[in-house]
Amino acid sequence: MKRLFQLCSLILLVGSIIACTPGGGAPGNGSGGSKNAAEKVYVKPGDHDEFYSFFSGGFSGQLYVYGLPSARLLKIIPVFSQDPQTGYGYSEESKPMFNTSFGFVPWDDAHHPDLSQTNGETDGRWVFINGNNTPRIARISLSDFDTQEIIEIPNSAGNHSSSFVTENTEYIVAGTRFSVPIPQRDMPISDYKGNFKSSMSFISVNQDSGEMNLAFQIRMPGFDYDLAHPGRDKSHGWMFFTTYNTEEAHTMLEANSAEHDKDFIAAINWKKAEEYIKQGKGKVEKTRYAHNKMNSKTHTATTEWVEEVLVLDPTELPGIVYFIPSAKSPHGVDVDPTGEFIVSNGKLSSNLVVHSFDMIKKAIEQENYEGESYGIPILKYDATIHGVVQQPGIGPLHTEFDGKGNAYSTFFISSEIVKWNVSSLEVLDRHDVYYSPGHLMIPGGNSRKPDGKYLVSLNKITKDRYLPVGPELNQSAQLFDISGDKMELLLDFPTIGEPHYASAIHRDKIVPHVRQIYRLDENEHPKGVTNPTQARVERNGNDVHIYMSMIRSHFTPDNIEGIKVGDRVHFHITNLEQDFDIPHGFAVMGAENSELLIVPGQTKSLVWEAKHEGVWPFYCTDFCSALHQEMQGYIRVSPADSDIKLSWSLDGDGDQEN
Amino acid sequence: MEGLGMDIYINNIIGEKEFDIDKIDMLNHYIGMKPIPKPAEMWEMTAFPIVVGGMASIGIFIGILGFLKKANPLSYLIWFVTMSVLGVLGIYDFNRWLANYGRNLDPHASIKLLDINGNLMTYKPPLFGYQKMLNFDVWSYPQTGAYFMLLGMALIFIAYFIGKPAYAKIH
Repeated sequence: MKRLFQLCSLILLVGSIIACTPGGGAPGNGSGGSKNAAEKVYVKPGDHDEFYSFFSGGFSGQLYVYGLPSARLLKIIPVFSQDPQTGYGYSEESKPMFNTSFGFVPWDDAHHPDLSQTNGETDGRWVFINGNNTPRIARISLSDFDTQEIIEIPNSAGNHSSSFVTENTEYIVAGTRFSVPIPQRDMPISDYKGNFKSSMSFISVNQDSGEMNLAFQIRMPGFDYDLAHPGRDKSHGWMFFTTYNTEEAHTMLEANSAEHDKDFIAAINWKKAEEYIKQGKGKVEKTRYAHNKMNSKTHTATTEWVEEVLVLDPTELPGIVYFIPSAKSPHGVDVDPTGEFIVSNGKLSSNLVVHSFDMIKKAIEQENYEGESYGIPILKYDATIHGVVQQPGIGPLHTEFDGKGNAYSTFFISSEIVKWNVSSLEVLDRHDVYYSPGHLMIPGGNSRKPDGKYLVSLNKITKDRYLPVGPELNQSAQLFDISGDKMELLLDFPTIGEPHYASAIHRDKIVPHVRQIYRLDENEHPKGVTNPTQARVERNGNDVHIYMSMIRSHFTPDNIEGIKVGDRVHFHITNLEQDFDIPHGFAVMGAENSELLIVPGQTKSLVWEAKHEGVWPFYCTDFCSALHQEMQGYIRVSPADSDIKLSWSLDGDGDQEN
Repeated sequence: MEGLGMDIYINNIIGEKEFDIDKIDMLNHYIGMKPIPKPAEMWEMTAFPIVVGGMASIGIFIGILGFLKKANPLSYLIWFVTMSVLGVLGIYDFNRWLANYGRNLDPHASIKLLDINGNLMTYKPPLFGYQKMLNFDVWSYPQTGAYFMLLGMALIFIAYFIGKPAYAKIH
């Protein structure tokens, strides 16, 4: 008995030695992330994250929804790029979303998501995001989590200083990065200076429907406008844009646009602009742009072509625009929650310049100018300065706020985040990030009420942070706990495309109004069926329309005959389910577009060219039920000259003929 | 966890949430169960309101007579016994209905399972209480109306015993 006991303890001992042997694998630059950090990002299976965050997908064109603090990817919302997973941009209903004055443009470079606000607080109604390449602004519903509207911005090029939301969502503001001839015309590029122009677009928002409307544009001198931020609270009614290339160089900007020691912040008084518009001072100019809207009743997008735009010229209308000299080539211009401090992140400098709104107002009242540019007054630099954060780091890009009087700034070149006090300008903490951050994000950090619990650093360079996966890497984000005095690095996570910016909001502002299904009794799709008995097939010349329903676990009809080579077959498919999380997919062999993913109550259409004689299968792509694999059907294609009549099955009750 | 609920009223069957009945039918069709009936398809939905309403009216009527000291307590006992018999019949009918639904399944159902003895599985829901059925947890309990009916029966039963000696004293 005693021997047996000893044997057992020996086994226990060996066991514990094995358990203590460290695991393999070479760690990278494993700084930060203690066991304590692991607990802070751990969301128990089945539990929910505290925050929704919306990451721009950069050159992927889409918007990514992550839960924080776990950094779990919750959803990809297709916005500016076709999405074969859902059929967005492939289905007949969604194609108009990509209409532009250039035609069908199924990709864009998504940059800066910004949430709708009420009284300066994020309210969880919509998120807006800009397409940079072919200037557009999209509105995404935070009930449906889909893109409901895309408006093209005329007289713009490089829609980068966008899409920023004023504190009651009065306007979504969109600036231009590239100055161009306005209206566009054929002219020598070397005549840029003085001839190229820029536009600042103010897009109003209907507070009930969310529908956007390009209210007016302000015609600006031909600088490059990089980023923007609306005034908050006391500075509400103003909009601030950073400029670079005030030299108006048109080639080799990396050298030629860095001559001036200072560039400008353009301060725009949009309430003044509204006054001028009331007085009829704006000029209506001819233009042409697409305004695309998705209707959640017809599940169909339509394009409205708009032919006019209202333009205000600040060289003729004083008091709309002032230039404030600021740090060299500033990237972000960020307004603190009180609206008093305007931080200019001079990306080619090592200082952060903090302007004071009160001082700017006083300088304007006293006409304390140091000159003018194209008739627009330039305020005296010293008359606007609250102070300068001396040597906080190198290459500041962007700043957000925690609502406790502190600011957090990214430094691209020195690859760090620095925490500093907004009024005392004292540096309080700094933390390395891996590597080279662009923007950072604090939930509500650009609003009047930040939720200063977490900070996400959106890093531009990934290098060795994850297992190597070939030459192209996902960009990396890093989550920090900023609830204490010192920032604590909690988590690295890869992102998709290049997340230029992100917004986040507490779940309580969204969860109560998230849609689960579309109601069938509200389906107004002209080609929808609300009952399997309405399913049918109709021929109109070479176009054959199949009105089909889907419900667990069959299509109605599931056998279709009488299609001929050369026919264009339009599948109009309605998901008759009224239960949450029961989408059905539809794929037909040889389709040259994509599948359709159809959620309960929704109707979508796919066009399929009948090219080859034969019997071709279609099936449900989304594992919907235990009989998902049985959810399938056939379409028979006969020779072009065959006289086989159209016929289709109706739930096994015999065939219908036409 | 996502639950489905069905409230069986004396004259109607209603889902606890808007599409619950549709969802229950959707699930039941896999095992070949008939769709939940509409009120028009059940004679009970017409008869029961008349029977229960009638009994309640009589109960109130003899109650008022008692209050005016004009009722023979024996009428209370008769009412109580009648109601009890009707109640038992009602529960019997309900159980028969459950059994019919649970056992009278479409032979062409997609899912046909055998129990441990090799017999075709049936799905009669519990008359009262909890039962595990395949991957579902099923609860079945009376609601407010039934509890009030029981309370009424209890009160009239007590009233009989209180009233009997008082009535004897008067007469």
